[in-house]
Amino acid sequence: MSEFKPVLLASVGKPESHTRKVYEQSGGYQALRKVLKTLSPKDVQEQTKASGLRGRGGAGFPTGLKWTFLPKDHPGPIYFCLNADESEPGTFNNRILMEDDPHQVLEGLIISCFATNSAVAYFYMRCEYPLAYKRICQAVAECYEAGYLGKNILGSGYSLEIHVHRGAGAYICGEETGLIESLEGKRAWPRIKPPFPAVEGAFRKPTVVNNVETVACVKHIFDRGVDWFKSIGIPPDPNNPRDAGSYGPKLYCLSGHINKPGCYEAPLGITVTELIEEFGGGVWKGRKAKAAIPGGISMGLLKENEFHCKLDFNGPGKFGCLGLGTAAVVVMDETVRMVDFLLNSCRFFSHESCGQCTPCREGTSWATKMMTRIKHGKGRLKDLDLLLEIAENIGIMPGTTICGLADGAAWPLKNCIKKFRNELEVYIKSTNPSGWMETAAVPALQLLDIH
Amino acid sequence: MADKPRILTDEMIAEIKAFFPRYPSKQAVTLPALHIVNEKLRYVPLRAVVEIAHLLELHPSQVQDTLTFYGYFKQDAPAGRCRLWVCRSISCALRGGDELLDHLSHSLGVKPGETTADGRITLEYAECLGACEHAPCVLANEKLIPSVSHHEADELVQTVK
Repeated sequence: MSEFKPVLLASVGKPESHTRKVYEQSGGYQALRKVLKTLSPKDVQEQTKASGLRGRGGAGFPTGLKWTFLPKDHPGPIYFCLNADESEPGTFNNRILMEDDPHQVLEGLIISCFATNSAVAYFYMRCEYPLAYKRICQAVAECYEAGYLGKNILGSGYSLEIHVHRGAGAYICGEETGLIESLEGKRAWPRIKPPFPAVEGAFRKPTVVNNVETVACVKHIFDRGVDWFKSIGIPPDPNNPRDAGSYGPKLYCLSGHINKPGCYEAPLGITVTELIEEFGGGVWKGRKAKAAIPGGISMGLLKENEFHCKLDFNGPGKFGCLGLGTAAVVVMDETVRMVDFLLNSCRFFSHESCGQCTPCREGTSWATKMMTRIKHGKGRLKDLDLLLEIAENIGIMPGTTICGLADGAAWPLKNCIKKFRNELEVYIKSTNPSGWMETAAVPALQLLDIH
Repeated sequence: MADKPRILTDEMIAEIKAFFPRYPSKQAVTLPALHIVNEKLRYVPLRAVVEIAHLLELHPSQVQDTLTFYGYFKQDAPAGRCRLWVCRSISCALRGGDELLDHLSHSLGVKPGETTADGRITLEYAECLGACEHAPCVLANEKLIPSVSHHEADELVQTVK
């Protein structure tokens, strides 16, 4: 732990770190030169696969393996989409990389495009990031000037165009097929899979969608080698045949009731306690922690006595959470009422549900209506069971929706009601002394606009 | 239709057409075109939708379908000169984001989504602005304002001309 030095964040915070000049002074674009001169696209795919790199956007799918799903000897075009939609509450690591070290992202992107034989890449960025947009556009222009982009890059014969494409304020665009639909100019309704994007994606052509931090890792794998990457993190759990291991450095976003909120880099597998104490300077105002979100709000909730949870791809699942997600840890102190947390979570998902699948559209909005009623002192104990019923019936896992947004909506509900049921029951009974035991149907309160 | 003046200026049309070579379909230029018009006019009126559709060889309903899906584009009336997005997602909410939004709503006399009578400010709520280390945060047009107190919010409102 003590000898670990940040790699992804090495330049963040340094003067002019967003310029090509400063990036090149610290060895920037050497990995790209090496790759183009000495490796074939297949070599790059194989080495990325061997590194054990898993996608940093939330699902943790092995990156090299994803690339090998592209059809062999395809005549093209093959499209590469960089997912810079971020948007998961609590998450801002991609923003930091794009604002303070955009060339690191672009170098990784160019190497990844080379590996996948893509000649056109779309850099899909959410529109709420004006500074990142400016910095990435500048950096792309600098790359064309220097011959890192365009025709015949560095004399290799490989050509690549990168186009920056702005979103328009919709969380669902972070889902890879939602992103593709949005890129095509349509509403961002996720597609039914299969076919997976690798077979039929953007503009009905084979497409790879990767996250910003993922391609930044690719750059470092070719700078420092597969062995370096595998020396960081946690090997696969021998008792879990489905665990592919959690290798490499990871950006953790720490926010909420913490003394020093920020984006920190650590080896995969750091615990929540270590993150809070060693990086976050402890819980604010000298208070005790009550709970934490392990990796963006859709991953669920950890109780304070579960903070020894290791934040690797396999860790949060052992505590009933959905997974590591975006590794955005949001800490809540002892003053937080879980009814407020849950209403916030439900409100977010009902606002961001794209409306395509009925279980998600109706489930998330009814959960918000019920939580609003509970919050305003009209809750009944039965509502907790109804909320659980919703949570258990929406999502990919019960098989009722096309994408995972509803699973993300369900997990905070499931975790919170399981881990804090007593508190919620006390709240309902004390705020609705005459009606908490009712079980007959009640109308929703019109206290909150859903949209 | 024909005798009414165009809404899209030659400049906007040129800017939109410059996006055509980037994509294999003209429909993919929908979001860039909506951004261009929304930036210039501060909204995208229905007539602009028709003109965009014409440029992109689409039916107007296709452009309108896309426009209404996203939360970013205004259609009924132009947004104020400063569009003030207050984050209400969990990291900001834990540090007073909802209270900040209420405060601004009261002091400006508008609900989220509405524009002040003088046309200066449109107040909006935002889902996670991705600046959680600066909670509670506000995006004022293109400028991110970190850790905004009620007092700082009042001062910010004063600076908008």
